[in-house]
Amino acid sequence: MQNYRSIKTPLTDDLCASLHAGDMVLLSGEVFAARDAAHRRLQETLQRGEALPFDIRGAVIFYAGPSPTRPGRIIGSIGPTTSYRMDPFAPLLMEQGMKGMIGKGKRSAEVVAAMGRYKAVYFGAIGGIAALTARCVRSAELVAYADLGPEAILRLELVDLPVFVINDTQGRDLYEEALKRSKT
Amino acid sequence: MGPIREIDSKLITETVKGLFLEANTCLGADVLAALQISLAREESALGRQVLARMLENAAVAREESAPICQDTGLAVVFVEIGQDVHVAGGLLNDAIEEGVRQAYGEGFFRKSVCDPLSRANTGDNTPAVIHVEMVAGDRVHLTVMPKGGGSENMSSVSMLLPTAGREGIRRHVVEAVLKAGANPCPPVIVGVGIGGSIEESLILAKKSLLRPLGQKNSRDKRLNDLEQDILADVNRMGGGPQGFGGTVSALAVHVEMKPCHIASLPVAVNIQCHVARHREAII
Repeated sequence: MQNYRSIKTPLTDDLCASLHAGDMVLLSGEVFAARDAAHRRLQETLQRGEALPFDIRGAVIFYAGPSPTRPGRIIGSIGPTTSYRMDPFAPLLMEQGMKGMIGKGKRSAEVVAAMGRYKAVYFGAIGGIAALTARCVRSAELVAYADLGPEAILRLELVDLPVFVINDTQGRDLYEEALKRSKT
Repeated sequence: MGPIREIDSKLITETVKGLFLEANTCLGADVLAALQISLAREESALGRQVLARMLENAAVAREESAPICQDTGLAVVFVEIGQDVHVAGGLLNDAIEEGVRQAYGEGFFRKSVCDPLSRANTGDNTPAVIHVEMVAGDRVHLTVMPKGGGSENMSSVSMLLPTAGREGIRRHVVEAVLKAGANPCPPVIVGVGIGGSIEESLILAKKSLLRPLGQKNSRDKRLNDLEQDILADVNRMGGGPQGFGGTVSALAVHVEMKPCHIASLPVAVNIQCHVARHREAII
């Protein structure tokens, strides 16, 4: 696709610093699908002083809970869930090395500040196009918390998932800039 | 009153199942048309790209019988049951729940219902949310509406001052949509319920979302005008598709109204994402 920059996970400080709000990105590589209940468990794991169930250094977390996989398919429909619900947990995970988040909707001031501090990026994926997004998933495997059903943590191998930089390491915000543009 | 007509509860189960299977995989013609119109109107190139992908997704979902969105929602069911109907062979609610259970199992839809405290998943997307209304006649009118959590979370009911008036209501609704931002997957449909009691205003707002897009509010010209004003306000905000910037933040605003208490002015806002799914059948 035109005007898209291709990047691959895991993400580094330099790569994150080179991404800017509004950038259109085709994201490939390993990401971890995790949402509400899984985040709570990740936090509890860290509070107990235990290791996380996957290596979070340089990792990208996709706030998503796919629909069940039909026989013979790689994954069901998949797309971003609303990100603010993971705001209470995101700074802690960035402190542990998480470099990217994929979701939809605005983040808290604390999360945006943490992105500057830990050199991490927040990407928006298009919500409600989950049959199409599933085509970017080349493999999916369970990582942890099978008992959470649709909220279990999955390791996904992505190829060219179109995402848009919402918040960058410099504190810019695509959503706010869009609203401001309309006022001028 | 006519003679009593028996309707087998199994027929209700089959119908509910079929409606949910279809609703979750085939986007309605009205939504497709609204997205096409928006694609022509959207001024932002990125916004147009987003809308085009929504249309492409609808085609893929239909072709593969895959869920349009991974969030196949809470199963909301509106039932209008003729008072000359007798449901035979089981309870009406049980028949509906069974239809939901079968559709979400066989359709490989996500089970998104859990215990509010333990958060343990119920495993089959039940219980459904069932609204039953008695009407004249000997038929059953079933409307199913899978309702996603992201847009539902951005919904609210407020008891405005009775003196707030039309402009107060207008500002309140626009503010609610602005506050929701990109969370409910814009372009959204804004369902507004004015009046009644607190719970009735919410049901009015939800039911307003069932009106086909592109259809005018024919019951009350004042509401039609209010819908157009709110829609223009919302689309001037600049959020656009997915909040990435643009001129189409909402596909439509639907307002329904009922008389209320002299001390009150309930205003409910029920936001619906662009994947506006509903199907109906009459038995």
